[in-house]
Amino acid sequence: MTNLSLFFVVFLAGIILVIAGLGIALLLAPRSFNLQKGEPYECGIPTHGTSWLQFKSGYYLYAILYLMFDVEAIFLFPWATVVRDLGYQGLYSILFFVVILGLGLAYAWRKNVLKWN
Amino acid sequence: MLLNYSHPLEISNLTTWLDTTLRSSMPEFWVLFIEFALVIVALLTAYAVIALILIYAERKITAFFQARYGPNRVGKWGLLQSLADMIKILLKEIVKITRSDRFLFFAAPFFMIVASMATFGAIPFGKGLLAVDFNIGVLYVTAVSSVGIIGVLLAGWSSNNKYSMIGAMRSGAQFVSYELSAGFALMTIVVLAGTMQFSELIEGQRYCWNIFNGHISSIIAFVIYLISGHAETNRGPFDLPEAESELTAGYHTEYSGLQFGFYYLAEYLNMFIIASIATTVFLGGFLPIQVQGWDAFNGIMDFIPSYVWFFAKTAVLIFLSLWVRWSFPRLRIDQLLNLEWKYLLPINLVNIVVMVILVLTGLTLKDLFGII
Repeated sequence: MTNLSLFFVVFLAGIILVIAGLGIALLLAPRSFNLQKGEPYECGIPTHGTSWLQFKSGYYLYAILYLMFDVEAIFLFPWATVVRDLGYQGLYSILFFVVILGLGLAYAWRKNVLKWN
Repeated sequence: MLLNYSHPLEISNLTTWLDTTLRSSMPEFWVLFIEFALVIVALLTAYAVIALILIYAERKITAFFQARYGPNRVGKWGLLQSLADMIKILLKEIVKITRSDRFLFFAAPFFMIVASMATFGAIPFGKGLLAVDFNIGVLYVTAVSSVGIIGVLLAGWSSNNKYSMIGAMRSGAQFVSYELSAGFALMTIVVLAGTMQFSELIEGQRYCWNIFNGHISSIIAFVIYLISGHAETNRGPFDLPEAESELTAGYHTEYSGLQFGFYYLAEYLNMFIIASIATTVFLGGFLPIQVQGWDAFNGIMDFIPSYVWFFAKTAVLIFLSLWVRWSFPRLRIDQLLNLEWKYLLPINLVNIVVMVILVLTGLTLKDLFGII
């Protein structure tokens, strides 16, 4: 209970830091308007087009792979805490799980997902 | 026996005294209110002070690596340099970009700072000096620290700048990849210690640190954690997201003034957080060096306050991180991702199984030598 409320306190501390910092900066910092200053930076030349466009799909594939292993991590963490008590039974059952996921990684590897081009 | 020693220099003395005096004089609600306010003040102070010290230390150590002086004009040995930088950054204009997504652009630093602050609160700095002590501490830390990547992606996307976009994408791919390794390396130690709570993890390491307890497996996990932690903070040879020579400043190109300062702050604090979690999980946290049976030696070591031990161990790891940063050339993105997916992750999965076997067959140092 106190831990949970302390978590919110810590969370609040982060928000306070940003808001207080920005508040102080708004009071102290100068402000001026200039049409050129508002442009996105592009090495000094006038900005060309938008950057909200379709992007390389390689990053997306890594995100999908990450999802697979991150879900595995959620399942493994509780197992890891009690594996001492579970004994060999726990080891075998999780080994099965890890091997299947390993096969998933091997499949992605074979399909050249891990190859950057 | 030695667990309940009282030390005059421990800060926990102060906090327990404060707690009892407050409780004796006012109702429960106000006690909690005042204590929470104090926690916020303490966290913010520690956050700022540690960042200032780290920035100064980094600049000075880097200078020595590169055979130059580093900051030496502001104050004695340039000691006030980072303070001066902080004031300067507060006085800089916060430039608004006309074509950006205003709301997300404004919201992105919140994610960065809140993520690093929430992780920061879970670090045990010394005896009784930890704000959040969940029983799922390790999982909490890995989960919360990964919120920071949302800030990076939002910053890159909302700026409507190509450098920012590419930087954010690289950072996203790098962060999610290396977060797996960091999580699995910590999981190896969870298998060994049988608990995820930081306070219990530390108590269990009194006479035998986790890095020695699980010998082979622990050392592999430690090295993997350091590498992936280093990569998560976007530093050193893994600094592609903000590679100055290619991407100007990466995802925070468009940020100026204090908004940029938040990214800078979060980056340094993340370096500290990674080092301190490694200290807590692998190197015994705030506990002094103790040997079972050597009571006189243990007594002497106990005289040094716990937070001194914690910061000393963390400083060693931070120095190591700086050393790596300034010794290796930057990787390419495919090399970076290959290192994670083709080497670290498979090694890690096998390492966990090896650790389980070590634990189940009683081959850990504690079991072998009968250490408590």
